[in-house]
Amino acid sequence: MNSPLSTVEHLEALFRRDYPALLAPLLRRCGGDFERAEEALSQAFTEALMRWPKTGLPASPAAWLAAVAKRRSIDVRRRGLREQRALDALASTGAEMETDRDSPGEPDSGADLLGLIFACCHPTLSEEAQVTLALNALCGLPALEIARAFLVSEVTVAQRLVRAKAKLRANGACVEAPAAERLAERLPAVLRVLYLLFNEGHAATRGEHWQRSELCEQALRLAAHLAERLPDQPEVEGLLALMELTHARRAARLDSSGFPVLLADQDRAVWDRAALERGRGRLAAALARRQVGPFQVQAAIAALHGSAPTAADTDWPQILELYRVLLALEPGPVVALNLCVALAEVAGPAAALEELERQGLSASLDGYLHLHSTKASLLARLDRPEEARRALRRALELADNRAERALLLGRLQALEPERGDDGGPREDPCP
Amino acid sequence: MQYLILIYADERVYQTMTQEETLAMLAGYTRFSDDLRSKGAHLGGNRLTYVGNASTVRVRGGRAQVTDGPFAETKEQLGGYFLVEAEGLDAALEWARQVPCAVRGSIEVRPVWSMPAGPA
Repeated sequence: MNSPLSTVEHLEALFRRDYPALLAPLLRRCGGDFERAEEALSQAFTEALMRWPKTGLPASPAAWLAAVAKRRSIDVRRRGLREQRALDALASTGAEMETDRDSPGEPDSGADLLGLIFACCHPTLSEEAQVTLALNALCGLPALEIARAFLVSEVTVAQRLVRAKAKLRANGACVEAPAAERLAERLPAVLRVLYLLFNEGHAATRGEHWQRSELCEQALRLAAHLAERLPDQPEVEGLLALMELTHARRAARLDSSGFPVLLADQDRAVWDRAALERGRGRLAAALARRQVGPFQVQAAIAALHGSAPTAADTDWPQILELYRVLLALEPGPVVALNLCVALAEVAGPAAALEELERQGLSASLDGYLHLHSTKASLLARLDRPEEARRALRRALELADNRAERALLLGRLQALEPERGDDGGPREDPCP
Repeated sequence: MQYLILIYADERVYQTMTQEETLAMLAGYTRFSDDLRSKGAHLGGNRLTYVGNASTVRVRGGRAQVTDGPFAETKEQLGGYFLVEAEGLDAALEWARQVPCAVRGSIEVRPVWSMPAGPA
């Protein structure tokens, strides 16, 4: 028999893992009505919470939830229809009732999930709305948690969600993957949003925790789903490879007290070798298609970091070349800053600092923590501690994450006159 | 001669109306349409859903850019309209990108109001 606690644990795990896969078919059945689909799913979870402790876990808990939620979605609709009857009578045009599009010819739930991923990233939604909706509908995060992550009020997030969902619903059946000939146009937004979800988990920008593994894992699962459904897209494979190669280092990214450890100082023995291998294999398969793109290049850089037995063995000349390719594919100050970090390892801190100023990054990235953190490490290596301290203080002003602040404070203390530490830490400032 | 009559109003007003006010307004529109029909002047007309549901398409250099929000450049004026039947937003956007003026102007796509799907 299962104790109530184990039921809760099972349901939490199912919620984290299968939320979008459970929501997607309901959403299709409800004609893109998020509210109805979400209510039905939440009823199914509530019923499971009450019944499973008595009956024991069903053979397939996810299938049980899906079946119950499907029935509840019909109940929710019936109730909604009763309430709307008076208003319906006012419809002047021949308004047809939505019908349950059920078998035969019902798409599999994998196709539904693909549709939901594309819907969350539909260009009819602003980028802000896309990310918010993805965190909610693909990762199951409630408005309150999203609000905490982005330092905005819960009301703002809730409104953003209501509007995004209402817009998709009002626009009809757009909870589906685009036609094949439109994939190239739609895919970049999807890859960008999935990578943002992953990064939000990998280095939670704000709050108490540096990492939120469950977000990373969900982003990985969604990217894997995308790769499985769209096997001919090397950038999808590139994104998945990048996530796997980055996630492989997770155990080394925090010390025993939960503080972040820079790439150069990480214990490489605890990197996940199997994940690194998987990521490299995927990257090789993507590159073999000879349609290079920004995610493949970033994955190649992550692969080179992952292949170095020690930080000193890092193949910086090749990483520098890859950053040049990336900058050409996707010009922007953050990539230029990463290029400067690699340049410092190849040509020294003076050359890097010069390139950084030549690119005007001090102005364009003034509000970006990693600019100041990188400058501080370059200045420290050039034995200019006063300027290095100033850069670190500026970085501290910009740090919202407690762990990140601790890391910067440690570096600042190491730069105090009586301490004669050598060059600063050199993490790849990739956000 | 044919004329397109465009109705401009602050849509926030509709969201704060009482049910009685809404019913009175709808009845007014029903009378107006009936009047037009009875005189053979009615060619078509619809209520649009709220402006927050709009998408805008621009085709530049052969590529379509779809963005959220209504078209709001005041230096361009509404020059015509098509009412199309499409299965969903993506299908409607396929039509929008084929409008000849999409390469120089902006084409706003708004779903027409239908009761069961709800206004917004």
